[in-house]
Amino acid sequence: MARAVSTRRKTILTLVGWTVGFLIFFPILWTVLTSFKTEGEAIASPPSFLFFDWTSENYAEVQTRSDYGRHVMNSVVIAFGSTFLGLLIAIPAAWSMAFAPTKRTKDVLMWMLSTKMLPPVGVLVPIYLMFRDLGLLDTRSGLVVVMTLINLPIIVWMLYTYFKEIPGDILEAARMDGASLAKEIVHVLTPMAIPGIASTLLLNIIMAWNEAFWTLNLTAAKAAPLTAFIASYSSPEGLFYAKLSAASTMAIAPILIIGWFSQKQLVRGLTFGAVK
Amino acid sequence: MGSITLKDVNKSFGDVTIIPKLSLQIDEGEFVVFVGPSGCGKSTLLRLIAGLEDVTSGEITIDGRDATDLPPAKRRLSMVFQSYALYPHMSVRGNIAFPLKMAGEDKAVIEKKVAEAARVLNLTSYLDRKPRQLSGGQRQRVAIGRAIVRQPTAFLFDEPLSNLDAALRVNMRLEISELHQQLKTTMIYVTHDQVEAMTMADKIVVLNAGHIEQVGSPLELYRNPKNRFVAGFIGSPKMNFVEGAEAKKHGAAAIGVRPEHMNLSTASGAWSGTVTVAEHLGSDTFLHVQAEGIGLVTARASGEFGVHHGDRVFLTPEPGKIHRFDADGRAL
Amino acid sequence: MATLHTRSAARLMSAPAIILLLAWMIVPLTMTLYFSVLRYNLLMPGLEEYVGFLNYRYFLTDPAFLTALANTLLLVGGVIVITILGGIALALLLDQPFFGQGIVRLLVIAPFFVMPTVSALVWKNMLMHPVNGLFAWIAKSLGLQPYDFLAQAPLASIIAIVSWQWLPFATLILLTALQSLDEEQKEAAEMDGAGFVSKFIWIVLPHLARAITVVILIETIFLLSVFAEILVTTNGGPGYASTNITYLVYAQALLQFDVGGASAGGIIAVVLANIVAFFLIRLIGKNLEG
Repeated sequence: MARAVSTRRKTILTLVGWTVGFLIFFPILWTVLTSFKTEGEAIASPPSFLFFDWTSENYAEVQTRSDYGRHVMNSVVIAFGSTFLGLLIAIPAAWSMAFAPTKRTKDVLMWMLSTKMLPPVGVLVPIYLMFRDLGLLDTRSGLVVVMTLINLPIIVWMLYTYFKEIPGDILEAARMDGASLAKEIVHVLTPMAIPGIASTLLLNIIMAWNEAFWTLNLTAAKAAPLTAFIASYSSPEGLFYAKLSAASTMAIAPILIIGWFSQKQLVRGLTFGAVK
Repeated sequence: MGSITLKDVNKSFGDVTIIPKLSLQIDEGEFVVFVGPSGCGKSTLLRLIAGLEDVTSGEITIDGRDATDLPPAKRRLSMVFQSYALYPHMSVRGNIAFPLKMAGEDKAVIEKKVAEAARVLNLTSYLDRKPRQLSGGQRQRVAIGRAIVRQPTAFLFDEPLSNLDAALRVNMRLEISELHQQLKTTMIYVTHDQVEAMTMADKIVVLNAGHIEQVGSPLELYRNPKNRFVAGFIGSPKMNFVEGAEAKKHGAAAIGVRPEHMNLSTASGAWSGTVTVAEHLGSDTFLHVQAEGIGLVTARASGEFGVHHGDRVFLTPEPGKIHRFDADGRAL
Repeated sequence: MATLHTRSAARLMSAPAIILLLAWMIVPLTMTLYFSVLRYNLLMPGLEEYVGFLNYRYFLTDPAFLTALANTLLLVGGVIVITILGGIALALLLDQPFFGQGIVRLLVIAPFFVMPTVSALVWKNMLMHPVNGLFAWIAKSLGLQPYDFLAQAPLASIIAIVSWQWLPFATLILLTALQSLDEEQKEAAEMDGAGFVSKFIWIVLPHLARAITVVILIETIFLLSVFAEILVTTNGGPGYASTNITYLVYAQALLQFDVGGASAGGIIAVVLANIVAFFLIRLIGKNLEG
């Protein structure tokens, strides 16, 4: 906007904006604060906001007992594993759809997206039974497979939109300059596609890390990622708020940070490109 | 080196035919311009020569070898794209070196050739910049540098100046012509701007809906257009066409007179009319005259000719400069 | 743009993705259909028998089903209304320049990235808990009785939690759409004498219409399958007060081990989702032309 906004209006907006922002962010803030309190302090009434004895004992405790490390590893393996597997399958597919489209390409893409719209509950039973019979229940590999499949449509779709944005004539220039198909992909296409691939990667890691249906139903103790681990805190054990806060903070911190950096990709990916 | 022959080339996309049947000979070292209105197939033709599109039928021969099925990389041609198509993630140096890298040339050789191309095009101080840090004209030169460095059999230009502003366009026109004098390599140049065509070409190919209307030197096309289309396309402002009784007087279905071949007088002349718009450019004045029994006619006068909107003028077409056309538009 | 040299390679390259997704869709879905016409309980294996549409009849006439259906619609509808209205307001706010706007935007976006189980537990224990929660403390400070949100208004509480999670999504989408509004259009409207409210109604809102539609459709697709929040807070209770279709099917499958009945329920959920998906696909398809 070229016109200057009056200072008074700006001040009011600033106040309103920060109040709203604070209120919305408050539950997260409260969790982080509580994670540094003792258990007694955590349920004290009146609750303390900033002036209490900060302690890191909760973090230490959560990390040492209950195999917290293993659950983190599970989340990491499942999120990253399914993302890379997905990219491996999706990159060639998106390439061919973007650069060598046929009359059916659009229909195929739409169909792929429609598989993402399938409610998981519709296939819960057979997947559960198949996993049970194949010994895949409560295994990381089983979960990686499921995560890959449910996110594959979005990965293909996002890569497709990014590939389409690469100007065709730059690839033709490479061909004129004597590049074979392989060299064209390696020297020109991939470097130009890397920002798009990175965005897709980030978004997918976020979605796989936060997935809370299959991770809850197909795992027990061994392969449970953080989503399931936190869920196990749901039966009241009394006097555990601080530890729950510590576990939660650790579970959400990495994704919060990644998410803050990938807002634009989020819009593109989750609206299936309908809003850019 | 650099002779290209097209024989009975046809290009269709399914039911849509862009180029019905075209044959053309391009000689070594020529500067050939493909010119024509939008959609006439000139870019398609260029891309067929480049190998970026496959011919539906017909033959393309480059330097005596059949190139019809050869991929672009093997045809030893270089192309400068309308959008320059520079590699955004590489520096200017990287861009120019790329074709040599693809050919597997030795690093030292690449360095030398890149430096030489940069020198010729005044890019030496920009070698380490990325394309996004360059102006339009500079990017244009990088694209040309990338094309030169391979020492191709022929250069292909696809409307390279359309994205530049007017002043820059004039400069680049000169630079490309000079380049041609220097390198003496065949150049095939596509444009919709007939001024570019006239000033740069040894040979102009006028295309219309996939057909070649006429091939010839610029002056040949100007003086002896074979049909109405070419006559109206070449020359600015457009040639005046008159039909009806006046044309019959000359024994034709239509006659054509260029604005610069009209003699003007405020006293007497063959046609009389009223000035509707007078465009004063300083050096010339273009008058749009509603001539009685003739129609709207454009005439060029010297800048000194002081005539304004609403004045009465007389126009006389210069005798030897009246073009006659039959009912099908062919020149008589 | 492709010449013959690339077309055959292309077909090979999309094969794995297509085959895998085809298998993923067809195989389990067919099995669900198959199970739905059997009487099959995991506690009594080997006694399966074909019962036709019996499972469907039981499922659809079970009072729990109607409650679950109503709850599903309330949940989806409630969250959508809250997030769209809130999203528009927040988007308008964030579109204005003010100090620290970038940071406020990050604060507003944050809830979307918190995993559902953490969100649910934080709300349940630290905020809504009638003894230890923050809301209880606020009530007591005001001299009121603390309200047991999850016991006395389970569905509403879950709607609140899910809305908190999805508000950033709606805000982001609407903000993106808002910022794509041509500044010159707004200026033209001002020249024509439009004030803030008029500009909003006649220029901004129509422009946002498409984005709003997208938000509604996408949220519907995902909200039909809300699961973790229910599991972790109320387990669908008290009774069936906060059970949605997804949870009902889950309960039947993995808590009651009624494979047949759960499969029927699953198919019904698929049908519901398909209706929404139909419209969403059309909308996206139209956008693909652009």
